Amino acid sequence: MSDKMLHPELHDPDAKRPARDGEPLDHAEAASKPLRSRMPEAQPRGAKIRGNRPIDQAEAAKRFIAAPEHQKMHDERLWDLRKKRDREMHGMPEWEDLRSFASQIKEHTLAHLDHYLEMFEHNATANGIKVHWAKDAAEHNDIVLGIMREKKATRLIKSKSMLTEECGFREFMTGQGIDVVETDLGERIQQLDDEAPSHVVVPAVHKMRSDVAQVFAKTIGSDPDNDDANYLAERQRAHTRPLILDAQVGMTGANFVVAETGGFVVCTNEGNADLSANIPPVHIASIGIEKLVPRMEHLAVFVRLLSRSALGAPITQYTSHFRGPRAGAEMHVVLVDNGRTERLGMEKFWTSLKCIRCGACMNTCPVFRRSGGLSYGATYAGPIGLIIDPTFNARKYSTLPFSSTLNGSCTNVCPVKINIHEQIASWRQVLAETHEIPFMKKAMMAAAGKILAHPALYRAAIAAADSALKNLPRFAVYNRLNTWGRGREVPAPPPESFHSWYKRNRIDRKQPGGKP
Amino acid sequence: MRIGLFVPCYVDAFEPQVGIDTLHLLERLGLEVDYPYDQTCCGQPMTNTGCHAESAATEALFVKNFAPYDYVVCPSGSCAHQVRYNLDAIPQTDEVKAVRSKTYELVEFLHDILKVDAFPWAEFPHKVTLHNNCNTLRGLGIASMSELNETAFSKPLALLQKVRGIEMVEIARPDECCGFGGTFSVFEEGVSAKMGHDKVRDQVSAGAAYVTSSDSSCMMHQKGCAQRADLPLKFIHIAQILNGARA
Repeated sequence: MSDKMLHPELHDPDAKRPARDGEPLDHAEAASKPLRSRMPEAQPRGAKIRGNRPIDQAEAAKRFIAAPEHQKMHDERLWDLRKKRDREMHGMPEWEDLRSFASQIKEHTLAHLDHYLEMFEHNATANGIKVHWAKDAAEHNDIVLGIMREKKATRLIKSKSMLTEECGFREFMTGQGIDVVETDLGERIQQLDDEAPSHVVVPAVHKMRSDVAQVFAKTIGSDPDNDDANYLAERQRAHTRPLILDAQVGMTGANFVVAETGGFVVCTNEGNADLSANIPPVHIASIGIEKLVPRMEHLAVFVRLLSRSALGAPITQYTSHFRGPRAGAEMHVVLVDNGRTERLGMEKFWTSLKCIRCGACMNTCPVFRRSGGLSYGATYAGPIGLIIDPTFNARKYSTLPFSSTLNGSCTNVCPVKINIHEQIASWRQVLAETHEIPFMKKAMMAAAGKILAHPALYRAAIAAADSALKNLPRFAVYNRLNTWGRGREVPAPPPESFHSWYKRNRIDRKQPGGKP
Repeated sequence: MRIGLFVPCYVDAFEPQVGIDTLHLLERLGLEVDYPYDQTCCGQPMTNTGCHAESAATEALFVKNFAPYDYVVCPSGSCAHQVRYNLDAIPQTDEVKAVRSKTYELVEFLHDILKVDAFPWAEFPHKVTLHNNCNTLRGLGIASMSELNETAFSKPLALLQKVRGIEMVEIARPDECCGFGGTFSVFEEGVSAKMGHDKVRDQVSAGAAYVTSSDSSCMMHQKGCAQRADLPLKFIHIAQILNGARA
């Protein structure tokens, strides 16, 4: 392979990089610190999917934790992004104002979505873009397939898009005999490993370099024992570049859509969206209808927030504006609903549509960092996933809102101020009321509610628990049913409860022999 | 000023000394404190699990017990947060609304209402790290939060700074959740315990001999993790330090 294809920064990872404010530009996506071992630890896989049955996130998370090198690397990588995000935030005194503006712009746009969608369609059409409307995933996939058939195209290159994940796009196209090539490095790794992305911004963040070496060895013939990042990136590039250069159709998503200009914006760090959009003669952009902002000036708010929140970098390497087809080429926009209109009508949950898919809530979430994104068994993982996934399938994803401690860090980092942890709590209530939580859990809570509403029952329960802890041998306390005791010691029972102390010291002394 | 002391269920059953120290401390500060004898719980275990209907009777009992007082004080921010912000499984009468708005977590009561400026009896010559419960931190706003661009402050630290001899140390991830999460600790015990073990290792690495908090629930979980990992960490509620415990 030619040295010319190598990005200059990849030649020497320790070389001094371009400085900003006296510090080397520390690009977060490339800043992983792999851990070494003699025998590579096998990559833990995601949640087991059993049709429509509720996802057992806790089970998949346990398997992730049981792979300590992966878990530690994953936690540290994402915590590193969180710290870099904090550093950027503290560099901007107007940060909290920006969050408020972003939230207000999104809420306004969502409240007048029909108006702005029509404005966009009108202006985009005037720019020469062909605008399509898809009410669901199937319509989206059919529209794209129709364009491919019309062009007699057999290969489509694309940049990363969570919307196409939502639509099961790759699987569908493969079934139609179309070769789909992901051009984002992380997404390409996931495609070659036949695994979904685990994170909306860094799709292969759960993989170590040794995992990638194994995947590439099997799929593109690299050396399985060489997990050097430069080597792996270069092999992938050498393998994928020719596929990109003669693709007939390119696809991107969009981060933002501007109603007043009829244009859209794609933010990437690898430049792969620009390859996908500009090399083939046809560019298709698949876009969720919630991506709209009214005016060009509103973009400034979001572009300042997006990459800082996502990666702790001031801006993405590429912020590409598309307004219409270049000479001799075609540009299509597919506007996709796929449940968004229904979500817009949900009083407690509609503001989840403000999401700009930065992934900050995942990076900060202590449960996500210890579970891996694939443990959620859904297109959207982490805190934002917990409140979006049940809108797609309330039964299959009924367990997900319980995979949270409700600590609220997600809400605080959200650049568009979605009250994520409050919506997680609201989903628990909705699911409990619609009988989408396990009978045992509900029965336990009903029993607890009954005991806690009756002081005499409550006193008896406390006495029984304390007595059991005092009198049972250790093997009987730490049994299979005691989930608390698997990873922790059970608290030692005190000589007496506060209640009985109070009775002895404050009531019986005042009223000897008397009941209060 | 008549104070109703709310001693949450797990403090009652597992950490009675926290209730005793809270009572003594408030009395030392010259307050008349009652412990309504038929109290049980705030309803959080049920609402935390989404079971609001199952929580209604417990919430009604709470209001009945605490309606007569000027303030309700509780040595647990998580429970105070439940009462103030989530006690809505029952009709919101004036009485319910009043109880909700006058329920305080101990630290904010000492800091905001009593504005205590000295604890002359308190001395704690140890290296201590502070743990803020997530509901107390992000729900009640007991301190500034690392995720927000806001002026730094901490009500519990402001109180602890009045304790002679105490040396505060800060951990690497100061407001990372410890993984207790109420019923999460039982239903998702794997992740919960992992988070707890990471937390106590962080505390030991910072050189802390003691962990203090205004919530016993998080500390009960952390203590269980520290004991299982055989780490030399002790746990003490902030009420105990402020009331003059020496160790």
